[in-house]
Amino acid sequence: MNIERPARARALPKAPTGIDGLDEITDGGLPRGRPTLICGGPGCGKTLLATEFLVRGATQFGEAGVFISFEETGEELAQNVRSLGFDLDRLVEEKKLAIDYVRVERAEIDESGEYDLEGLFLRLGLAIDSVGAKRVVLDTIESLFGGFTNEALLRSELRRLFRYLKDQGVTAVITGERGERSFTRQGLEEYVSDCVILLDHRVNEQVSTRRLRIVKYRGTTHGTNEYPFLIDESGFSVLPLSGVQLDHAVSNERVSSGVPGLDEMLDGKGYYRGSSILVSGTAGTGKTSIAAHFAHESARRGERCLLLAFEESPQQLMRNMQSIGIDLEPFVRKGVLAIHASRPTLHGLEMHLMRIHKMVAQFDPAAIVIDPVSNFIDSSTALETQAMLLRLIDFLKTKQITALFTHLTSGDGALEGTDVGISSLIDTWLLVKTFETGDERSRGLYVLKSRGMPHSKQIREFLITSRGVQLETMKDRKK
Amino acid sequence: MNSSNGASAEKWNLRLYTAGQSPKSLAALANLKRVCDEHLAGRYSIEVVDLLKNPRLAKDDQIVAIPTLVRKLPEPLRRLVGDLSDTERTLVGLQLRPRT
Repeated sequence: MNIERPARARALPKAPTGIDGLDEITDGGLPRGRPTLICGGPGCGKTLLATEFLVRGATQFGEAGVFISFEETGEELAQNVRSLGFDLDRLVEEKKLAIDYVRVERAEIDESGEYDLEGLFLRLGLAIDSVGAKRVVLDTIESLFGGFTNEALLRSELRRLFRYLKDQGVTAVITGERGERSFTRQGLEEYVSDCVILLDHRVNEQVSTRRLRIVKYRGTTHGTNEYPFLIDESGFSVLPLSGVQLDHAVSNERVSSGVPGLDEMLDGKGYYRGSSILVSGTAGTGKTSIAAHFAHESARRGERCLLLAFEESPQQLMRNMQSIGIDLEPFVRKGVLAIHASRPTLHGLEMHLMRIHKMVAQFDPAAIVIDPVSNFIDSSTALETQAMLLRLIDFLKTKQITALFTHLTSGDGALEGTDVGISSLIDTWLLVKTFETGDERSRGLYVLKSRGMPHSKQIREFLITSRGVQLETMKDRKK
Repeated sequence: MNSSNGASAEKWNLRLYTAGQSPKSLAALANLKRVCDEHLAGRYSIEVVDLLKNPRLAKDDQIVAIPTLVRKLPEPLRRLVGDLSDTERTLVGLQLRPRT
């Protein structure tokens, strides 16, 4: 059966922002030739988003821009984004950007009789003409209300301004400070009816999270969730949570776990490529060793592997693994293996997940190890974070990246109960347990599940030797 | 009391920013002349800057509203926006009358 999709031609023309993720959730960018309102509290990133919209417009899409700043001078603006690698001065020199700082200070202005804001219009027009601008930012136009007292006049001038921008055919971004009862203090949303984006900066248990939501986008489909976003050394990025479906390609190829005994238990061939593997166990059961074997084996085959350590520094991890005969260092030097370590508490969990997304995008690995993933699962903001983690796993699957997660469980009894949320996405689940046999405590590993393969039902003794992890059948042991 | 009759014989240097021959601009100039003739007779000069002819100056001189009157001398610099139809406020704005 063939169902025709509605004609694409009728879709609203969009101006791409070039910002990671934002173009995906807006289905292509901001409405072209129309104003978009970006609102949020102080320090939420409005100005940066607006700046990046112009910079990327000028550098990636050949669209010159105008920045009318009511709050900061051109110099201050340039300074703010220099650390992100944006060189506003150069763009101005190359005639790809015009900046005009409009100063409005009530203390310096007296009023007598009727006036209009023609001066502002002239400046805007001049700036647009000077570079042939296709994009305009007004940051933040509400400052006008602090400079002039005649509110009725300001409102009619604002209406005229937005009409003027549309007539000019420029894609405009207007920023506004979040109001108590409305999106902006001065109700700018009344004038901008096409697209409204809300930015939010929350601090929860001393961990800050930035979120973006598209409140309204007339005439187009858009994501309606709150999307976490990140401001880092490369600018703004939004993590799109949508668009992940359960129809990713499935590989029949197998990859070795790096532990011969373990491969044996997994149908003699190891993990499926692109599958997700969970290694659960209590503290000190050797989860990291299994992870390191896998990372080592991937790198040895020449496949890039990203190892994210949340408990140890890369040096410490490499030293410890070397002591059991897993030498990771040469691969790190070769660039086949990348080890990143960070404290889970340093950022919000969502930030971590976003960073993982970015690292995956940059490093393009064939395999990823997260050691441990427990912090994400057991976090207090459980529900949303778990949802994000699930999306991360899905994301890795769509990219055919084999993912191995270790998971620290608190007690033997709770082993199988803790991971309800994640288990449905896990293809191969290994458990490491401690057993007491007679007068001895020993470790045992078994395969709780492994989709799509006949796997061993044995519990094998898990030994950590100077030549790495070895798995022996209990019978071998008793001989 | 009229403060403009004080001892000061300093020169007043005023600049009026307009945008073409708009009614507001014309009114502002007329109102300004009237006030000056009354309070600053013989010691003022008015320069009219038409921003339609020279839009660059709007940026250079930080003009947003039209008309804008700038008192360049005597210092300090004062700004007054509007067609100057409210004489009382014009006088206060130019500091020809104390703020009440």
